[in-house]
Amino acid sequence: MTRPSTAYSGTRRDPLGLRRAMSDRLLQALIAAMALLACLTFAAARGVEALGERWRQGAEAAVTIQVPDPTRTRIALALGVLATLPEVAEANPVDPDRLAELLRPWLGEQPNLALPGVIEVRLRNLDADVALIGDRVAEAVPGAVTEAHGLWVGRLAALAAAVRGVAYAALVLVGLIAVAVVAVATRAALSARQDSVAVLHQLGATDAEIAGRFARRAAALALGGGVVGVVVAVPAFFLLARLAQPFGAEAISEGLAALPWASLPWADIALVPLVAGAIGWLTAQAVVRVWLVRLP
Amino acid sequence: MDPSGTVIRFDEVGFAYPVAGGGQGPEVLRGMSLALEDGSFTWLVGPSGAGKTSALRLMHAALRPSRGAVEVLGVATARAARGALPVLRRKIGVVHQDLRLLPHLSTFDNVALPLRLARRSEARVAQEVTEMLTWIGLEHRAAARPEELSGGEQQRAAIARAVVCRPALLLADEPTGNVDAAQARRLLALFAEMNRLGTTIVIATHSEDLVGRFPAPMMRLERGRILGHEA
Repeated sequence: MTRPSTAYSGTRRDPLGLRRAMSDRLLQALIAAMALLACLTFAAARGVEALGERWRQGAEAAVTIQVPDPTRTRIALALGVLATLPEVAEANPVDPDRLAELLRPWLGEQPNLALPGVIEVRLRNLDADVALIGDRVAEAVPGAVTEAHGLWVGRLAALAAAVRGVAYAALVLVGLIAVAVVAVATRAALSARQDSVAVLHQLGATDAEIAGRFARRAAALALGGGVVGVVVAVPAFFLLARLAQPFGAEAISEGLAALPWASLPWADIALVPLVAGAIGWLTAQAVVRVWLVRLP
Repeated sequence: MDPSGTVIRFDEVGFAYPVAGGGQGPEVLRGMSLALEDGSFTWLVGPSGAGKTSALRLMHAALRPSRGAVEVLGVATARAARGALPVLRRKIGVVHQDLRLLPHLSTFDNVALPLRLARRSEARVAQEVTEMLTWIGLEHRAAARPEELSGGEQQRAAIARAVVCRPALLLADEPTGNVDAAQARRLLALFAEMNRLGTTIVIATHSEDLVGRFPAPMMRLERGRILGHEA
């Protein structure tokens, strides 16, 4: 017996003709756009997170103590008091030369003012009572003044946390849009192939078999779109980093090496195509199974 | 199949199609009771609109009765779980009046569908489909899509798809409507051979001429009721 040519057996994996009914262009392009947005949102969330952390650390360090008549003894006395306070994580005197350097734009090269000694204090947490710390230091070192600049920095850190929350909400929204896109594409393919689906159903195909064919096609397209989105995201990161270069002096001098490649959330970004594929699979399964319920 | 050897049992079956906006239309089958034995060959005759197609669809579990009980190959289809019906349908071959070949598949792949759903190996699929296409005289049209086939060729391809899995029950709705007399005789010979090998066969037709060529028990339907059962 002669075996039939395999030229017309290639549809055995695609009896519903989904390669044509579920076009790879539009769905894949839309999923790629969603994946790109997800990558950018991940990067933005990570950037804001890092910024917030820096601000938070800045807020912790933003307590200074000014010691008038900064003799070695008075500075040591103030440091000694600070060392006994549990709220204080770290206390360091600011180098007088660095202080003079910082004040030079305002006071000139040879200031006639007697500059106070300055101690930078890092607190263990932002809730520590700065007034109490100031009182304790002032008792030991008369005239010492404590200043807390952390309030506005703390508010900025809170703002950063809120922005990060918005970024994650945007991520969820991107996911929901991807679900909608896959659902619409699956419904369109179902409409195009409803007679074929009915025939398969009548021949004894289970819901799982029919839904699985749509789900595999949708997952493959979404996975491909996700990969494209991630690939496009890399030059987008580069472009955005170039645009942000004026805000980072070291980036100007160091070029590409200064871009924050290492700090990007690569693990999250690598998951984007897999999540896109999972969204495609699950959405198509749900849409087809709901549709199949109308068949007996 | 039930222990008594009955393959299809209808007990006071009524059926009405749902209508748009909810509810049901008038009954197209009314108080229908019948019992077909294992290995039987039955003609289902009657004029257009008598309810033959609806009765066949109930036998295929493509519809569930509005009232009464239908039992096919031992499965009570009215109350069977949805997940139990695909297993039942795989034991039944159906030739639809409108053929329902998949337009994007070749003749070979259309005929191969039931075998692939049954997860037969591709080697076996190739062998059995080729044999079947040879039997119905379509081996040279294996690569053609349905739109490239004549009406008679399409009908033969649909019959090949229905019988390729050697079903326990074969239901055919006007299976020789588009073929010439010689092809009709050849197809009837195929059905007779399958019946001789144990397949229960129900063929719906409005052609008394066709029934006359192959004498067998005949059930006459009119306006959704069985008017008579002739041996």
